[in-house]
Amino acid sequence: MRKLSLVLAMVLVLSLFVGCSSQQAAAPAPSANATESDKGAIKVGLNYELSGNVATYGQGLTEGIELAVEEINSKDGVLGKQVELVKADNKSDNAEAANVATKLITRDKVVAILGPATSGNTKGAIPVATQHKVPLISASATADDVTVDSNGNVREFIFKTCFSDSFQGFIMANFAFEDLKVKNAAILMDNTSDYSKGLTASFKERFESLGGTVVTEQAYQAKEKDFRAVLTNIKSANPEVLYLPGYYEEVGLIVKQARELGLNVPVLGGDGYDSPKLTELAGNEALNGVYFTNHYSSMDDSPEVVKFKEAFNSKYGKDPDAFNALGYDLAYFLADAIERAGEAEPLKIKDALEATKNFQGITGTLSVDENHNPVKAITIIEMKDGVQTFLKKQQP
Amino acid sequence: MEQVLQQLINGISLGSIYALIALGYTMVYGIINLINFAHGDIYMIGAYIGFACTTFLGMSFIPALIVSMISTAVLGVIVEKVAYKPIRKSTRIAALITAISVSLFLEYGMMYFVKPETRTFPEVLSSKNITLGNLIVNNKDIYIVIITVVMMLVLQYVIHKTKIGMAMRATSMDSEAAQLMGISVDNTISTTFAIGSCLAGAAGVLVGVYYNSIDPLMGMMPGIKAFIAAVIGGIGIIPGAMFGGYLLGITETMVSAYGYSLYKDAVAFAILIFMLLIKPKGLFGKNVREKV
Repeated sequence: MRKLSLVLAMVLVLSLFVGCSSQQAAAPAPSANATESDKGAIKVGLNYELSGNVATYGQGLTEGIELAVEEINSKDGVLGKQVELVKADNKSDNAEAANVATKLITRDKVVAILGPATSGNTKGAIPVATQHKVPLISASATADDVTVDSNGNVREFIFKTCFSDSFQGFIMANFAFEDLKVKNAAILMDNTSDYSKGLTASFKERFESLGGTVVTEQAYQAKEKDFRAVLTNIKSANPEVLYLPGYYEEVGLIVKQARELGLNVPVLGGDGYDSPKLTELAGNEALNGVYFTNHYSSMDDSPEVVKFKEAFNSKYGKDPDAFNALGYDLAYFLADAIERAGEAEPLKIKDALEATKNFQGITGTLSVDENHNPVKAITIIEMKDGVQTFLKKQQP
Repeated sequence: MEQVLQQLINGISLGSIYALIALGYTMVYGIINLINFAHGDIYMIGAYIGFACTTFLGMSFIPALIVSMISTAVLGVIVEKVAYKPIRKSTRIAALITAISVSLFLEYGMMYFVKPETRTFPEVLSSKNITLGNLIVNNKDIYIVIITVVMMLVLQYVIHKTKIGMAMRATSMDSEAAQLMGISVDNTISTTFAIGSCLAGAAGVLVGVYYNSIDPLMGMMPGIKAFIAAVIGGIGIIPGAMFGGYLLGITETMVSAYGYSLYKDAVAFAILIFMLLIKPKGLFGKNVREKV
């Protein structure tokens, strides 16, 4: 067994060297191509969850990207060249996400990688992209530590086009204090989820700094079904609003039980609410007075969104969701950077991405800040009789 | 005070669910000394059958409940014939391991067929709140308490007053002697499984309607909690299982009420360990133990 692990370790070390040397050989290749002939396509890698437990996220993003690339290519492409997508499935697995990234960079010689969808899988692919100096952009990894490592250093080649978890909590605290004009909030968080904990921390910090009070903080665990004990506690603390960051499976049940217990205060949450299951679980009536932050709303009637909806509908025969919209924006975001870089070369693309200012996307106008996070508007959605309605766009 | 009363109501309605599952659990144990870990999963399958009946066949609550009870009774008998009967003479550890395998088989087998996602029950029972001062009781809470108590009484009647009940008690005391007296032990055990699984199926539909959410692993935790409830009351004793269920439900709710909601499972298991150390025969098992 020990011998086996020794051999494995050696193979790993060797593969690192092989990886390095092939990267050195690979790096000049795209630029060489560019000078020799302008006909070669620009290869962009897609590292997505096309199968596995979060496959719907990866598939949704891919649909959006493919639509955007189709549009770009029909309009002379980027720098006069066509964009070629190299799709690879990371099977919703961290280790596989790293393998896929290696394959895309060393074998397919892509100039940039789009994806993966979740924060966990993105973190799996980060070391590979960083080592080979190829920019990697995720449109949906909302964790704060995707673009910034634990020591607070910016990861040079990693970008994202979605807001961070901490920003969602921040915006909801503003919304509660300024729009709903409430001063006493209760928090009920999912103690088993980093996402929920992250949102709670930022909401609480912002709400208290505005002068609000968190009257009670309670917790539950994912997969529970009976929340009435904690909800009774919350009710007795008399909050004016309940901040409930979590995923739709529990949130649906909690909202239903809260209303049954007569806790009729507004409920605020994050993008984890975005699922038709939420309505099925809680019922239309119970969801009145529920607000959440999201990337995009298909009810948004600004002209760009309407145009995107029509294009998407004619290609796929359905209305786009937030992931489709994020994918669509992501492809244009990269195309914009390549155009400004003037050359499809990873380092230049990275510099262009860093310099992005006021990129117009359908999920909002976006600038890249010093931490490689986007500065963009966040959409607040209100549930009205079970239908997601666009309430407003909150500028940062 | 008001809050304590409201939490008590919450605890009773949660406890009813544990009690409902624990009834079948404890009965099977009482007759053949087998801890049927698959009981929680039969409860899950009962919920899915109820879901299919109401969603795809458009049945109302009572017919769906009956179809689900009959189907799970049949399933219980099949499980017994296929998995438990061949090893009836083996060691108890073999039976226990088989029970765990059956449980996992049902969970992940169902996951293959119905997909792992949560499904929602259609609203087959309208939900009404009854307010007493500041206390709120849901009509579903009342249904579930009544159904639990009625089932407990029916089960007591069947076991103590009917012929098949007598056969069950005889089998539980000494199966060989019972066989010599002309009792068909195989049939008796099958009937026991049928009744136990039938109760689990009923519990599944009720919980599905109550929480409006079912998934293939929904039987795991309630199954274990029902086991704890059965141990508290004295495993094999039917009124004990009901009492244990209520005690556990109220305890968990009170632990949450005092702000330790994340430790309520830990408290439940601490009670199990404590009971097994101090009073392994359970609260109701102090006299000459009459196994059902």
